[in-house]
Amino acid sequence: MSAVPLLRVTGLEKSYNVPVLSDFNFELQCGEVHALVGSNGAGKSTFARILSGLTSPDGGEMQFNGRSYAPTSKRDAEHAGVIMVLQELNVIGTLSIAENIFLNRLPQRGGMIRYADLNEKAHQALTRVGLGELDPATPAGQLGVGHQQLIEIAGALSQNCHLLILDEPTAALTDPEIEQLFDNIRKLQAEGVGIIYVSHRMDEIRRIANRITVLRDGRHIATHNVDEITPTELIREMAGHDLPNSKPAGEKSLGPVALTVRNLRAGNRVNDVSFEVRQGEILGIAGLIGSGRTETLRAIFGADPKASGEILLQGRPVVIRSPVDAVRAGIGLIPEDRKQDGLLLSQPIRVNTTLGTLERHAGSGGWLDSDAEVKTSDIFCQQLQVRCASIEQPVGELSGGNQQKVVIARWLARDCGVLLFDEPTRGIDVAAKDTIYQLLRGLARDGKALVVVSSELIELMSLSDRIIVMCEGRIAAEFSASEWTQEKITQAAFSGFMTEKGASSS
Amino acid sequence: MIKPKKFVEYAAMLIIWLGLVLLFGMLSHNFLSTRTFVTLANRIPALAVIAAGMTLVLIIGGIDLSVGSVLGLCGSVVGVALVDHHLSFWMAALISMAIGLAAGTFNGLISVCLGIPSFIVTLGMLEIARGLAYLTTNSQTKYIGSAVEGLSEPISGLAVSPAFLIALAVIVVGQIVLSRTVFGRYLVAIGTNENAVRLSGINPKPAKIAVFALLGLLSGLGGVFYTSRLGSSDPNAGVGLELSAIAAVVIGGTSLMGGRGSVINTFFGVLIIATLSAGLAQIGASEPVKRVVTGMVIVGAVILDAWRHHLAGSKFSLLKKLFSRPQSQKPSH
Repeated sequence: MSAVPLLRVTGLEKSYNVPVLSDFNFELQCGEVHALVGSNGAGKSTFARILSGLTSPDGGEMQFNGRSYAPTSKRDAEHAGVIMVLQELNVIGTLSIAENIFLNRLPQRGGMIRYADLNEKAHQALTRVGLGELDPATPAGQLGVGHQQLIEIAGALSQNCHLLILDEPTAALTDPEIEQLFDNIRKLQAEGVGIIYVSHRMDEIRRIANRITVLRDGRHIATHNVDEITPTELIREMAGHDLPNSKPAGEKSLGPVALTVRNLRAGNRVNDVSFEVRQGEILGIAGLIGSGRTETLRAIFGADPKASGEILLQGRPVVIRSPVDAVRAGIGLIPEDRKQDGLLLSQPIRVNTTLGTLERHAGSGGWLDSDAEVKTSDIFCQQLQVRCASIEQPVGELSGGNQQKVVIARWLARDCGVLLFDEPTRGIDVAAKDTIYQLLRGLARDGKALVVVSSELIELMSLSDRIIVMCEGRIAAEFSASEWTQEKITQAAFSGFMTEKGASSS
Repeated sequence: MIKPKKFVEYAAMLIIWLGLVLLFGMLSHNFLSTRTFVTLANRIPALAVIAAGMTLVLIIGGIDLSVGSVLGLCGSVVGVALVDHHLSFWMAALISMAIGLAAGTFNGLISVCLGIPSFIVTLGMLEIARGLAYLTTNSQTKYIGSAVEGLSEPISGLAVSPAFLIALAVIVVGQIVLSRTVFGRYLVAIGTNENAVRLSGINPKPAKIAVFALLGLLSGLGGVFYTSRLGSSDPNAGVGLELSAIAAVVIGGTSLMGGRGSVINTFFGVLIIATLSAGLAQIGASEPVKRVVTGMVIVGAVILDAWRHHLAGSKFSLLKKLFSRPQSQKPSH
């Protein structure tokens, strides 16, 4: 790996109100997988957006294949062979898989789409990402999130691609899908394609990347060969300071049972789920994507209808038909997708924090007491260390971690006894994750019962007092802290796929 | 208590309206006279109260196309009640508003409880109410005369009519409800992200139904104003009024996508539309020319508003929605 690099970036500058990239240097060789790591706000996404022509830099120079490179649009970048697969899904659900992959270059004759040709090409592209069994004419909306992500990648790969940018490509993928993706990446590598791999997931980076570049506050901190650095060192470089050790301290004394779920069935994803959580306990729910974890939480909360089953709070049965019932009974849900289901993005932090408790911030006749609102919002923003200009700042301008804290603040203001967290640290940076872990432990110490769904095993294992593993809508296994290992949990998560179906349908 | 940011927004609209007044003042010698303003003030009450209600409907991301027809129906009811049934004016007004409320509640219940887009439901109501207006009046215009005209005649010594004062009160109360009450906050929240509201343990349906019901009630009030100004009830009253009302709301900067809006600025929108109409008439513009100019002003105002929000750094502005790919709304990291 020497000679002329595929991409050389020198002194790149970009600022919105504050600098997001300053004097950033970067090099990528042909056939190299180069990981970009850093906290949210470090500048990774901005760099990726500049490379793919979505934003233009304020200063600096980029050379691609030895020639000066300054794309003015995504099309421009794609023409040069720089293709980005976005973290956020871009799939149009009503169009077919094939139409999605080839949307900007549909084969046509006289304005008519040649579907035979299109589906044939799509089939090839799908085969390449290991989805050859899918019918290219299926509407993309019928696929799960993981498959949609792979379809975007298939779209990228089906173009003339010299530099591929992957932004958190595995966020929605299950393990076998990740393997498939890695196979693809290795294939591309062999063809000499340079790959920039943006991710928070250290284990994946260590498996797939050749080099790692650490960004912090828009600056280039260091570039390492992947085998010459440990995760701890990396985290230290990203954070700029040592992260406190996040191991829970000793045995906890748990209170009485707070929430009991009996034989819950809902939709086709939740089949007979039963468990209980005690006051002061953190119950982790592990399982593959699509195993029914999110659906279980939503059904308990009344966000989706239940087919059957019982919910008991402090041993007393409660009827929960809607989130209104759930909240009145003292159950809160912090949803998986905060932008879709949690936040009022264009509204200020204050409005977002008090949304669930407006009646308490109002006098008789429903007049809002703005002083009380400001006070509540100040208290929780401080307690959760929300980093913001003021509580009047629109939530949409905050980073993912701070947005999540605002959602949590709303529930703290509501003071629910049972809190259901669905992927509480999804897409947020290491330092903010740590604040959220501390917070969850603090809530448990205060006697609240917590249920946490997470795809990150390490996270679950460090947080939970007990872990249940879901598979195909059922609870496949339950582990206490002394019993679990990553291997056991993973095995349980896959258990439903190992045994023969039909035997378990009784 | 008006927040500084809001005050700037109001001031901007006020300046635009004053600019328009001055422009017509320069183009026509007769424009800058007391008479012009008195005429203006007494022409707008019906549109103003309906536009105030329409603002709330647009804020929750809905729309109501039936307001013109409901106004026609309610106006007709006033005529029938006074002329055929010899009821008192107050009774007639009350019945008329109750009918408006019923029509609005129907719109709200059907669209919210059955999940049918308000565009379609109110399009249906547009036909239903108009048809009922013809049925009630036998398609005849009824002359009523002094029994109703008092509401729209200038109060002696004050130059403006009681109707105008009521409309002003509706605007002020509407703004206060929107920005200072739990109900108003729910409306903004529902318009911004209804899903998030629901998952916060709030049932958005009652507030949504109430907003349509309220607009129905205000359409009934508009019908009373309209009848009072004409001195007669006309089953054809208010044809196309829904479009003027939506235009006024949009000129006032309320987002058609929901989640953002101001009743006070809607009032300025009403003033701008009425001033344009009066001013253009005074400088001798023909009816077709008036429509062309009004149309251009509506589009221009929306572009200006989008541009202003773009400049203000809002990441959710209309312009960005229109001119960039979806992912660019993502806040920069």
